[in-house]
Amino acid sequence: MGFLTGKKALVVGVASNRSIAWGIAEAMASNGCEIALTYQTDKLKSRVEKCAEVCNSSIVIPCDVSEDEQISQTFVKLKESWDSFDILVHSVAFANRAELDGNYVEVTTREGFLKAHEISSYSFTALAKAALPMLNSNSALLTLTYLGALRAIPNYNVMGIAKASLEANVRYMAAALGGDKGIRVNAISAGAIKTLAASGIKGFGKLLDHAAESSALKRNVSTKEVGNAAAFLCSDLASGITGEVTYVDAGYNFYEKGPDL
Amino acid sequence: MSIEDRVRKVVCEQLDVSGDIDNNASFIDDLGADSLDTVELVMSLEEEFDCEIADEEAENITNIQQAIDYINANT
Repeated sequence: MGFLTGKKALVVGVASNRSIAWGIAEAMASNGCEIALTYQTDKLKSRVEKCAEVCNSSIVIPCDVSEDEQISQTFVKLKESWDSFDILVHSVAFANRAELDGNYVEVTTREGFLKAHEISSYSFTALAKAALPMLNSNSALLTLTYLGALRAIPNYNVMGIAKASLEANVRYMAAALGGDKGIRVNAISAGAIKTLAASGIKGFGKLLDHAAESSALKRNVSTKEVGNAAAFLCSDLASGITGEVTYVDAGYNFYEKGPDL
Repeated sequence: MSIEDRVRKVVCEQLDVSGDIDNNASFIDDLGADSLDTVELVMSLEEEFDCEIADEEAENITNIQQAIDYINANT
């Protein structure tokens, strides 16, 4: 018996076994949760199916969050397996690669700015909107953010502004959904992890080393650690927590390395 | 394990292939890798050899021999 026994979670954002969403799905499954997964494109389908296998899940549904029609179809398909569910995980973000390299003001475009916000922030609201009729009382929604929402981090650029939007989105969604059905909405701000998505950020390896050196625990975090925190935040153990950004970053966000003394 | 054995192991695991693979077999054309596979493959090589392979360099690693040569020259 795990602390998520009897719960059902839809996890959006698995692309490979390095995905944070994979770590979350696995952690939730190992605590007793039933899992459903989505894949963005056919190219990713077989990878997501591997994750489903690990999580003992047979529910693998296409979902491209850039289209409302696809989002609503996702829940039509999910309904074939589940009448209702308890947990929605959103681990999705996008920015043009060219805009994740160089001087923020110079490389950012109107179109890229809007796309980054649409996919990285609005899609969480869009998924919640479509999921709402199927969500049980006291459900939990979770998204993934990064410190670049608060600090100007080199090359993170427009993604940082989109993550700031996402963190505000968490608070507004928490306020909007908390009353009627007691739905909680939270974010995890994960430390840097080398995922497929992160491989698009220039100099990411250096950023990983820097983060390890400049954190309280002197190391990077794993997708498993993020997954465990996600499992907790989406469980009834966290029933009093909503609208929060929880750092799972080995103590990087508050740590000041200072001069060598 | 030799560098060659380690590279072969990473390639076999990542691309889900086995057996006697030619060192000059193309990841994409002969071993059925797609572009995501190649990105992941480079990430796995970086982990195995504790190094960082720049994007420009990674584009030139298209078979096992090129991976071995890169590791030999850079680690």
